[in-house]
Amino acid sequence: MPNASSGAGAAGAEPLATAAEHPAAEAVVSVRGVRKHYGAVHAVDGVDLDIRRGELFGLIGHNGAGKSTLFKMMLGLVPATAGEIRIGGVAVGGRDFRAARRAVGYLPENVVLYDNLTGLETLHFFARLKGAAVADCVPVLERVGLAHAARRRVREYSKGMRQRLGFAQALLGKPRLLFLDEPTTGLDPEAIRDFYATLRELRAEGVTMVLTSHILAEIQERVDRLAIMAAGKVQALGTVQALRERMDLPLNIDLRVAEVDIAAVRAALASLPLLAVADCEGGLALQCRRELKMAVLEALTMLAGRVSDLRVREPSLEDVFFGFAD
Amino acid sequence: MEIRQIATIAGKEFWDRLRNRWVLAVALVFTAFALVIAYFGAAQQGAVGFRSIEVTIASLVSLVIYLIPLIALMLGFDAIVGERERGSLDLLLALPITRFELLLGKYLGLAAALTFSTVVGFGLVALVLARQLDLGALFHYFGFMGSSVLLGMAFLSLAVMLSVFAADRTRASGLAIALWFFFVLVFDLLLLGALVLGGDGHGSEFYPYLLLANPADVFRILNIFSLDDVRTLYGLATVFPPALARPWLLGGVMLGWIALPLGVAAWRFRK
Repeated sequence: MPNASSGAGAAGAEPLATAAEHPAAEAVVSVRGVRKHYGAVHAVDGVDLDIRRGELFGLIGHNGAGKSTLFKMMLGLVPATAGEIRIGGVAVGGRDFRAARRAVGYLPENVVLYDNLTGLETLHFFARLKGAAVADCVPVLERVGLAHAARRRVREYSKGMRQRLGFAQALLGKPRLLFLDEPTTGLDPEAIRDFYATLRELRAEGVTMVLTSHILAEIQERVDRLAIMAAGKVQALGTVQALRERMDLPLNIDLRVAEVDIAAVRAALASLPLLAVADCEGGLALQCRRELKMAVLEALTMLAGRVSDLRVREPSLEDVFFGFAD
Repeated sequence: MEIRQIATIAGKEFWDRLRNRWVLAVALVFTAFALVIAYFGAAQQGAVGFRSIEVTIASLVSLVIYLIPLIALMLGFDAIVGERERGSLDLLLALPITRFELLLGKYLGLAAALTFSTVVGFGLVALVLARQLDLGALFHYFGFMGSSVLLGMAFLSLAVMLSVFAADRTRASGLAIALWFFFVLVFDLLLLGALVLGGDGHGSEFYPYLLLANPADVFRILNIFSLDDVRTLYGLATVFPPALARPWLLGGVMLGWIALPLGVAAWRFRK
């Protein structure tokens, strides 16, 4: 098994989360020198990636960045032009593919199931194909909150219910690896919260999860590591915090200042090495370099009489994403 | 190849058609047409009622040769392209199942639905007519039913092949209609045209063999040559060599028409 700390093969993409942070980590998915070319179009162009056991791994990128193609190659749906992908040490598309796929669950984007079947029949169908116990279908339906609709036909399900049923079929057979493509599409906020709660439980059980999403705010606090793809390459790989630090994006500090004090506060801030000071609703918005955070905060305490509150905001995953992807 | 995976897919396809009443609807259509033909087929000659199994089968052959290919093509044209267009194909292919198992399971499930409809639809008529048929007549009728099943499976195989090649459902449905026109309407006209233009010239002896290149014609010949009275009703019988008109040989050709398109579909679907 290749070393889990191997990083992205793309230029400039260093392994920011090292194996030392996860001493027992082991690569469940191993991607080595993978390319997918459609004629002159290089959808995936030399990707090296390891996804460790028990982590929630995010794969993000613009449309056309190559993440969907890489996702499908990891599932064995699209053959690679070059390179190799292994799941649990077994080559995807190789002779032992059945065993590998039995340990995998997949929730596609815009999941389409069969309208004529009931929810329970749908799970029975997928359980038989996966070689999973049919008796597990009811507990899985309960886990995704669909037990009440088990005997209703899928055509009567709402979009969110279909998505949950799709998640249920992915959970059949107690997979050790889950591929989740835009999994919260169509879910309401409560269902999204429940969905991520289930993912936390699964992670605690040692299940590895690979997730794509366009809703960066939703995943930034939830993924253990992520890869940012652009132009068919992994442009960055690591934890969200590590990528923030690597991008060296400025911190944002919002000050609540009464309107009459704004001029005075501005004058006091003039001596600080800030990157930007702008008026905003209710006060001022500052930007400073990360390494100056403590110095700036210390200086701000001197203005406690004029500054009634302050909030330090880390750069969002969206800021990080645009920094790498563009 | 895992039989269990094929059976699971086939079972789901069959159950789907059973549940959405497709099987019931097609069986009723077959029963209704067969009964009408059996009892009112000779109404133009001023007679009503069941006359003979030969005439009934001859009339049913004329009907089935249009109806079953159309039903089979409509049943199977979106078997694969439909799954692809809806987005469910990726989900199925991510499971521990090979592409061939999926394709074969789909085909067998749809074929079972069509066969069930055909057997129940025409079988009901056999029950109704049972008192008026001797053993020989029943044998011929069951032979007609069997060949109808083969005809349906052959066109279903063509439909599934289309569904693998077609880029989307719209194109697949257009191709299915085109295929129906070609095999059911155009093929014989082309052959007749070639026969008339070529006269008794060199190579005309091969024309009867070309009839084997059309499963609809193979079905027609299978039924015509099994009944003496009917053979005389069809002009084609006079040009088709009796040596070729053996049921086992024609049945084998029909099986070839089932296997060949399915084989091409499997080859294409592997890519």
